[in-house]
Amino acid sequence: MTIFIDENTKVIVQGMTGSEGTKHTRRMIASGTKIVGGVTPGKGGQEVEIEGKKLPVFNTVKEAVAATGATASVVFVPPKFAKAAVVDAIDAELPLVVVITEGIPVHDTAAFFAYSQEKGKTRIIGPNCPGLISPGKCNIGITPSDITGPGKIGLVSKSGTLTYQMMYELRDIGFTTAVGIGGDPIIGTTHIDCLRAFQDDPNTEAIVMIGEIGGDAEERAAAFIKEYVTKPVVGYVAGFTAPEGKTMGHAGAIVSGSSGTAEAKKVALEAAGVRVGKTPSETARLLRGILKA
Amino acid sequence: MDLFEYQARDLFEAKGVPVLGGAVATTPEEARTAAEKLGGKVVVKAQVKIGGRGKAGGVKLAENPDDAFEKAKAILGMDIKGHLVRKVMIAGAAPIESEYYLAILLDRSARSFLVMASVAGGMDIEEVAHKTPEKLARVHVNANQGLDKAKAIEIVKKGAFPEDVINDVADVLVTLWKTFQESDATLVEVNPLVKTKDGRIIALDGKVTLDDNAAFRHPDHESLIDHAATNPLEALAKEKDLNYVKLDGEVGVIGNGAGLVMSTLDVVAYAGEKYGVKPANFLDIGGGASAQVMADGLSIILGDPAVRSVFVNVFGGITACDAVANGIVQALEILGDKATKPLVVRLDGNNVNEGRRILNEANHPLVSQIDTMDGAAARAAELAAQR
Repeated sequence: MTIFIDENTKVIVQGMTGSEGTKHTRRMIASGTKIVGGVTPGKGGQEVEIEGKKLPVFNTVKEAVAATGATASVVFVPPKFAKAAVVDAIDAELPLVVVITEGIPVHDTAAFFAYSQEKGKTRIIGPNCPGLISPGKCNIGITPSDITGPGKIGLVSKSGTLTYQMMYELRDIGFTTAVGIGGDPIIGTTHIDCLRAFQDDPNTEAIVMIGEIGGDAEERAAAFIKEYVTKPVVGYVAGFTAPEGKTMGHAGAIVSGSSGTAEAKKVALEAAGVRVGKTPSETARLLRGILKA
Repeated sequence: MDLFEYQARDLFEAKGVPVLGGAVATTPEEARTAAEKLGGKVVVKAQVKIGGRGKAGGVKLAENPDDAFEKAKAILGMDIKGHLVRKVMIAGAAPIESEYYLAILLDRSARSFLVMASVAGGMDIEEVAHKTPEKLARVHVNANQGLDKAKAIEIVKKGAFPEDVINDVADVLVTLWKTFQESDATLVEVNPLVKTKDGRIIALDGKVTLDDNAAFRHPDHESLIDHAATNPLEALAKEKDLNYVKLDGEVGVIGNGAGLVMSTLDVVAYAGEKYGVKPANFLDIGGGASAQVMADGLSIILGDPAVRSVFVNVFGGITACDAVANGIVQALEILGDKATKPLVVRLDGNNVNEGRRILNEANHPLVSQIDTMDGAAARAAELAAQR
């Protein structure tokens, strides 16, 4: 099994007719994802051909769901229109919305996240994330599909390219699902949500958790692992040598004072029984050691 | 982006938060003129984006315009915790009866907004929050419901404000919420919010952080950027839309994705321990980086005199490795003789074989390819140490 998605997930692409949306729709189809249509307000009724597939375009998510039976959407629309797109998907009560868009104002994310909580029907992943992949079954977002195949590791990460790197390091073992939850200050799905789902997924045998400096998400994940997770977890935190007070790209990756440092996160994770690597390659070695034991 | 106090004051005034008069000055003469305009006693305050300036001697009361000149002269050019004072704010002085605290901020853990209020405002608010948390009211505010007068009164009461100021403080809080939301702020803090001896409620000092992601709907925020404090290489990178942070080592680092680049800094730092070298910078060329972006990034790093070797670490996702390889080749062509530092390149992921082939064929004397991140970091550190 997998978490959040599987081979039956039917996906619509919000922003499919834009250049990024078209490019990644092509890649998602090529990697076996069931893309059933797209949403671009004002372009409803059109049909576009991508990767040999004729895909209908709808004005709203509700129309798209009614016509296609979609169970998930992926959002590629520019930051300015992202809030409206996600609200549209929440209104359609879509179970899963994956927001790839980078650069959404945090007031917009706070608003659509609060709205999704209120409605209680929709899981949001992201924003500012690579999406999630269950190799060979479904790939929603921009993760390269050819790094590795299906297997028994579950992976959750704030960072996109670090996810790819870790999948590559462990490509011979393979993954149930790898989830890039995104690095923004407010995200719809947290480390804890993924840890819980991996613990409950019978096919996931071990979990890799990748964090980054800033915030206290890893510390809270550590507390959750102690309380709930019985499967082996290895961790990696990027930014051990980052100087304090500098922002390194992600809005989330800010170190201020002593809390939020990689070292503090490592200590918290180790106290919860998580083995923490200092580099991606060491982290992969730790996981191999656990699976062999 | 963090605002200077004078910028926060201007913003508060524009939004209707009660403030005292104030003006910014970059010279003692300007400080005197500003004090003359305000009249009476004034406070001369160092403008630095760091706390603790009062304790560092960066805030002084001036009796008259000439005194303001002298005080500004003493404060301008001060170094406060590594921040050079380039500007002072000349602010009106008020007879203070009580100091309170109000703040609205983004609470990442709760994935919501948080309002904090306390009657124990002033310099020691952090200690108050830490030692006597019951004196600091904390109430979450839903982004869609917002903060109305009734909710503001509830919060202010929870913060144990005296009966006679509850109404006025709640009004300030509602206005602060409006400021927070309309300006796309992630922090609006007033410390202290004071009650003057004549019973007025005034925001005496403010901290505001604005969300850079929201810049597209606030063209006016552009003018608030402090260009003087920006490192010239960082400024150049920003112009090219690159995510660059100058660090103090010798190994230049370029990669794609903030997480991978941070991880690369770690791997370089570990490898460099043996050779006494460290990463020289953080540079993320981002998700959809083109050959041109690679060329821009490389020329910024090679323009840093501290850099002795460069490690290009790319895992091809959206950015295919062939585009990165072409970028490197083009950048070296553009730079010509100016490129004098060795490059260690590690490519993996999308289109890796084509990327490696392009670099092999170009056969540039400065470029070497290594297959693993650890191996490439070690090589880059070794090269930096040799030069």
